[in-house]
Amino acid sequence: MTTWDRFVETFFNAKVMLKYLPDILSGMVVTIELAVLIVLSGLLAGLVLALLRALAIRPLNWLIIFVVDLFRSLPPLVIIVLIYFGLPAAGVSPSGFVSTWLSLAFVLMAFSEEIFWAGITSIPKGQWEASRSTGLSFGQTLINVVLPQALRLTIPPLTNRTIAITKGTALGTVVAVTEILGQASSAVSNSYNPSPLMMGAAAYLVLFLPVVVASRWIETKFAWKR
Amino acid sequence: MSNPIVDARAIHKHFGPLHVLKGVDLEVVERELVFVIGPSGSGKSTLLRCLNRLEEPSSGSVVVDGIDMLDPRTDINHARQRIGMVFQSFNLYPHMTALGNVTLALRKVAGKSRAEADALGLAALQRVGLADRAGHTPGQLSGGQQQRVAIARAIALEPRVMLFDEPTSALDPELVGSVLEVMRDLRQSGMTMIVVSHEMGFARNAADRVVFMDDGLIVEQGPPAAIFESPAQERTRAFIGQIQRH
Ligand SMILES: Nc1ncnc2c1ncn2[C@@H]1O[C@H](COP(=O)(O)OP(=O)(O)OP(=O)(O)O)[C@@H](O)[C@H]1O
Ligand SMILES: [Mg+2]
Repeated sequence: MTTWDRFVETFFNAKVMLKYLPDILSGMVVTIELAVLIVLSGLLAGLVLALLRALAIRPLNWLIIFVVDLFRSLPPLVIIVLIYFGLPAAGVSPSGFVSTWLSLAFVLMAFSEEIFWAGITSIPKGQWEASRSTGLSFGQTLINVVLPQALRLTIPPLTNRTIAITKGTALGTVVAVTEILGQASSAVSNSYNPSPLMMGAAAYLVLFLPVVVASRWIETKFAWKR
Repeated sequence: MSNPIVDARAIHKHFGPLHVLKGVDLEVVERELVFVIGPSGSGKSTLLRCLNRLEEPSSGSVVVDGIDMLDPRTDINHARQRIGMVFQSFNLYPHMTALGNVTLALRKVAGKSRAEADALGLAALQRVGLADRAGHTPGQLSGGQQQRVAIARAIALEPRVMLFDEPTSALDPELVGSVLEVMRDLRQSGMTMIVVSHEMGFARNAADRVVFMDDGLIVEQGPPAAIFESPAQERTRAFIGQIQRH
């Protein structure tokens, strides 16, 4: 047996790979479910917080800023562990899946709120004034004039941040979520062979590479044209 | 003369410790074109902005077309439809077409259907000579065209008075004429107008009255000829002399 053969036998073992392919695929499904939930709920919550912040109600804004800074400071894994192992003490026992979803959604909420807020505040005052001078209300101006421009500015940084946070679904392994990494590592320990890890890496590439490539395209497409 | 459209009394405005308007009275009657001049920082923009309450006066009263603008019970968004405003920097919505800019308030505030709003919007663009640019975004228009769209956006709501805050100051000299021409047309159609501008030539042949402001007060006012040829106040004379040397 040559070194090369041994390498292939170890890391790309066809028998092992075939055996654990269904597990990896089911892991992909779980990862996709988690990712979709995180992206939808995280971005929506972030947008709602940014809109609330635009109302400029002092105590509310302090609260928003506190929550946002909290979730931007804590490592996502710490949040997952706190929710999964900590909440049961308070009488609620979220599953690993739910813990991971909530944690990463909070983190995405926090970062996206800051990005949405930066977008909203970057719209010149003259846009507000022109709209208000024609009789549109604060809310109408926010929705029809400011937000469409702000969202356009936020798409590139938002895409990057969303991808970075969504990859954190791999942290779910720690709380027994059967996503890609979880499936791959249990396959490794059952087969005494690291090939499933290679499959896991490939699975992440299959899921995220198209998104990353698409984000490049989005970045050029939404570059602001005046 | 006829009834006042704008009746502002004893307007004071403070920005923190800064006393910017120090008791300004301004009455403008129907169809009148009032031209406001004065050195930078004298409070011209602030005065205009107090009239539609973009700026909240610290004290005084503002009545526009019979509506008490400072009464908390006044529906300010409704009242503002009667007061068109044109800004130095155009402030068109860059994500909308020219027609979209003009029809937004027609739909959202005046409650017109999209079809009605489009028809009124096109008519307004027609008045400023830009009906053929209805589908263009601001980025595809010259500065002069953008400012004319901004004027269309205001007149589409059929305001009772139009406020212009240095409408041509941001324009290249060769584009100023087209905007002034639109303003002259508006005046001929009987629009009541308050214009802050440095276009003295326009003031001379279009204004009914020139108001000179300095340091938060109206120093002197009168017909253009009187203000420009024989101002009574030393400060007015100095200011006129200064701008005519340019
Ligand atoms: N929002 C604000 N906050 C604080 N100070 C302000 C504000 N707006 C205007 N000012 C100040 O009020 C004074 C009058 O400003 P205003 O813009 O009304 O002057 P202006 O006559 O329009 O001058 P210009 O010819 O330069 O446009 C200036 O000293 C200005 O710095
Ligand atoms: Mg000004």
